[in-house]
Amino acid sequence: MNATNTPMDYLPIVMMFLVAFGFVATTMFLTHKLGPKRKTKIKLESFECGIHSEGNARLPFSVKYFLVAILFVLFDVEVIFMYPWAVNFKDLGLPGIIEVFSFIILLLVGFYYLLAKKALRWED
Amino acid sequence: MTVFLIYKAILCVLIFAVSLGVAAYATWWERKFAALLQDRKGPNRAGPLGLFQPLADGGKMFMKEEIIPNVSNKFLFILGPSLFLFLSFLTGVLIPWGKDFTYDGHALALQLTDINVGLLYILGVTSIAVYGIIIGGWASNNKYSLLGAVRASSQMISYEIAMGISIIALVITAGGTLSFREILDTQDAGLANICYQPLGFLIFFICALAETNRAPFDLAECETELVGGYHTEYSAFKLGAFMFGEYINMFVSSAIMAGLYFGGYNFPFAKEFYHMIGLEDGSAWISLIGAGVYLIKTFIFISVFMWIRWTLPRFRYDQLMNLGWRVLIPLSLLNLAITVLVEIFIRGTIQL
Repeated sequence: MNATNTPMDYLPIVMMFLVAFGFVATTMFLTHKLGPKRKTKIKLESFECGIHSEGNARLPFSVKYFLVAILFVLFDVEVIFMYPWAVNFKDLGLPGIIEVFSFIILLLVGFYYLLAKKALRWED
Repeated sequence: MTVFLIYKAILCVLIFAVSLGVAAYATWWERKFAALLQDRKGPNRAGPLGLFQPLADGGKMFMKEEIIPNVSNKFLFILGPSLFLFLSFLTGVLIPWGKDFTYDGHALALQLTDINVGLLYILGVTSIAVYGIIIGGWASNNKYSLLGAVRASSQMISYEIAMGISIIALVITAGGTLSFREILDTQDAGLANICYQPLGFLIFFICALAETNRAPFDLAECETELVGGYHTEYSAFKLGAFMFGEYINMFVSSAIMAGLYFGGYNFPFAKEFYHMIGLEDGSAWISLIGAGVYLIKTFIFISVFMWIRWTLPRFRYDQLMNLGWRVLIPLSLLNLAITVLVEIFIRGTIQL
């Protein structure tokens, strides 16, 4: 194992953090100062293909997007659980494989339930 | 210690500048390549072959009037594109551009840093990038922006699962390490990972297209339905920040693919080649040649991204979600199972 994990290894990330932050902050500020400012009432309205915008844009939208977000959390956590196994693949050996695959089969049962419930149907 | 710090600082600014430059010239290459595919000339007015076009575009974005709609949430409206651009720089820090070289007795790496949770870091930072889009789209208070942002975020999170599982298979093939550099080094002596993980690469590539919102997955900004998607209300440099961020993401994900699956700075018969032209181990030239090879591979991937854009029509939204959930997730689990079987029965990593 060459890769170490000392706080020093994270220092260059902090450096890039500062450089990128500085760049973004400066350019955002500069372009705010540089550009012309001729504001009119119509220009500041939100765009709606040339007609006057109607009401607030924060309307309710399809519940399926929320479902996808919730399912993502479930599945992504399950994927994260597999990473320690992948790293220790050799050490855990056959018992590790059996355990992880029984875990994946449980995951697939849940996945089949989703499909059967039509939670992921976008056609209608 | 001081040498280390100064070197890292120089490298940091260099990588930052290269990312910016590549992103700027990727816009030029995108237009030139599109013109090539469509049998036209493309940008040819500003400088030879239109090479100054990105500079002119950048200058224009700085000088344009910025419009913040009066119904929008001003703080979040500025935060969205800033966060998106900022995070796109942070994803690139882990890429090892070349082998270590010695200078004045110090061993220096042509890589900003190598941490042992490298791939997790990359997955983490790319998933925060969703916030930039959704904050920007929501804060605009425009119906098109909101729909674009919601589409973009649910698409990005859907494809992240399959991407994560395909990376797990790769980690197993590479011998159980999450460090970017070690994965590259395993490909130095042996075959590139693409030989062991062809299906995994295909899944990763499709997911990378979806994560960077490139065609045919660019439903978040499809102009025929949503005007401009999540950046409809943006102008001047804030629009530029979204565009730059997108091109930097494309550059970084191309570099990640070239590194994880195609060996990065390694190439066939590299050792023999270096020996033939008389370079010793630790020479800075080896690092530079490696970096050049890596950049060429990255450039090929960027071109493939653009080629796909002008070849395939856009998906419909239900097709996109079906592909992500019903095809790619089961397929990536299948790939994981195949990988495990190959490891046991062919490569013999585990004794039964």
